[in-house]
Amino acid sequence: MSAGPTDHSRSLIPALAIASLLAVFLACSLGETPMALGKVLASLFGGGDATSQTIVWSIRLPRALAAWIVGASLGLSGAAMQGLLRNPLAEPGVLGVSVTASLGAVIAIYYGFSASFAPALQIGAVVGALSATALIAFAAQRVRDMVGLILIGVGLSSLAGALLSLLMNLAPNPFTLNDMVSWLMGSVANRSLSDIALSGPIIALGALVLLMTRRGLSALTLGEEAAHGLGLDLTRTRVLVAVGCGLATGGSVALAGAIGFVGIVTPHLVRPLVGSDPGRALVPSALAGGVLLVLADVGARLVPSDNELKLGVVAALVGAPIFLWIAARRSAQGKAQ
Amino acid sequence: MTAPLLSLQKAVVRRGHKQILKGLSLDLYPGELVGLLGPNGSGKTTAARSLLGLVPLSSGSALIGGDPVASLSATARARRVAYLPQSRPVAWPIAVHEAIALGRFAYGGQTGRLSVLDQAAVDEAVEACDLKGLLNRDITTLSGGEAARVHVARALAAKAPALIADEPTAALDPLHQWTIMQVLARQAAQGSSILTVVHDVTLAVQFCTRVVVIKDGECLASGPPAEVLTPDLLAKAYGIDARWTCDADGSALVVHGPAARGV
Repeated sequence: MSAGPTDHSRSLIPALAIASLLAVFLACSLGETPMALGKVLASLFGGGDATSQTIVWSIRLPRALAAWIVGASLGLSGAAMQGLLRNPLAEPGVLGVSVTASLGAVIAIYYGFSASFAPALQIGAVVGALSATALIAFAAQRVRDMVGLILIGVGLSSLAGALLSLLMNLAPNPFTLNDMVSWLMGSVANRSLSDIALSGPIIALGALVLLMTRRGLSALTLGEEAAHGLGLDLTRTRVLVAVGCGLATGGSVALAGAIGFVGIVTPHLVRPLVGSDPGRALVPSALAGGVLLVLADVGARLVPSDNELKLGVVAALVGAPIFLWIAARRSAQGKAQ
Repeated sequence: MTAPLLSLQKAVVRRGHKQILKGLSLDLYPGELVGLLGPNGSGKTTAARSLLGLVPLSSGSALIGGDPVASLSATARARRVAYLPQSRPVAWPIAVHEAIALGRFAYGGQTGRLSVLDQAAVDEAVEACDLKGLLNRDITTLSGGEAARVHVARALAAKAPALIADEPTAALDPLHQWTIMQVLARQAAQGSSILTVVHDVTLAVQFCTRVVVIKDGECLASGPPAEVLTPDLLAKAYGIDARWTCDADGSALVVHGPAARGV
């Protein structure tokens, strides 16, 4: 029996892991202050002069790591969500967790918490993400099918979106509004290792939960009825994916704001290499998402502009054409299903 | 006779105010290929799904190997009874061998990680459904008949002692209908117990060891097909005026039209 696409996936995961390291290393060496590769390497391992140490450890490395973590988390969540909903258009935000996390952060800005206590913004986003996750997990146990879950997600998204608009509408002054808009565009600029320490564990927990659903997502390829017959506990799978995506996506929003397209595009990029089995796409999607966002952030930093280019904007600018290309190729191949 | 592998006892299923099953009882023993017949909306699929724990019973019980289905874990249930649902959507263009390997889900098997036992079960199912030449094909590009064989193979790969197949021959040409029923009959002859929902009465007579005819959620008749499926019963169950035509090779049902009123 042929091993099919498994061969690719075996070499793909180590390849993507190496690409991740290279991308982070590249991000550490590029920037306004040019640094030789040797110097970057020395600084990473505790050598080099104090200036290089500061540039690498306080500015570039945290930023690159944050971009990788967010990209990986969104790639993984997107792959899991597409698998659970059996829909190539599903993305991590489909259940409303991203918007609710954004709402939490905007509340922190609106009431001035974040002005007096910087981590309040992240904490607000985490609280928003966790509340939305709890609500979705509760709903996942009660709905009859996935459509019911999507409808609740759409409702939650709309409600959180409306409240978010309300807060922006009522923003006390232009500076607050500017803070909100700027944060919503998504960025990993000026992130510190302690920011990562706050959101990282939540994202890691979410990722672990998602990886547990790997085989279940494969079984869902044949539909919910058949998956039940195969011995899959549908309710458990729904709850795990909802909780995993909620934690991973919510943590990402807390760390970097709203960043679109990575979650929806990455699984499509890895599918030609690992095959269409949604379970097998999880780990490669995570790694590829990380690489993609680190590179997008390098791009955001290197493009000369008066204002800081936001990562969320660059990710969408890169992601949307890729998405269109995938869509065009898909229809060129005729009906995929 | 030994204990039944699958058993519905006085099963009642309500949806809103409507009773879909009105105290239906049904037993399935090893070595049987039981055809579940009845008009559209008579409760065949509901009966099959309630045996799998997919439809909660208002009263009565659904037992698998003597245990209430609700008391079994998903894996334990799947190891005792395989299921081939009526609608068989495939979400992603996976390869045929991947789809069949999913049949080993309850044993932890999947493509790339099949144990010797898993692989043997998959190979046997592939052989039984004659799929050797199609293993690397994308499942979404198969013809209806080929896809139906893949789904049957996926169900057989579980090697569960019982199988519930809901209209496995729907929308197939006569040759593929025959092929699928032949595969099921062979499995039953080897000791499996199979419950299959069928609409083709002639096919049921040809292959099933027993038929259960239901209407409006109640059992009309149960027994050997040739004895049970009389023109009178068919008029009662389906509202048709039908006659059997027989020759040395077997019998076929000819439908003349709707049954006279009041039958």
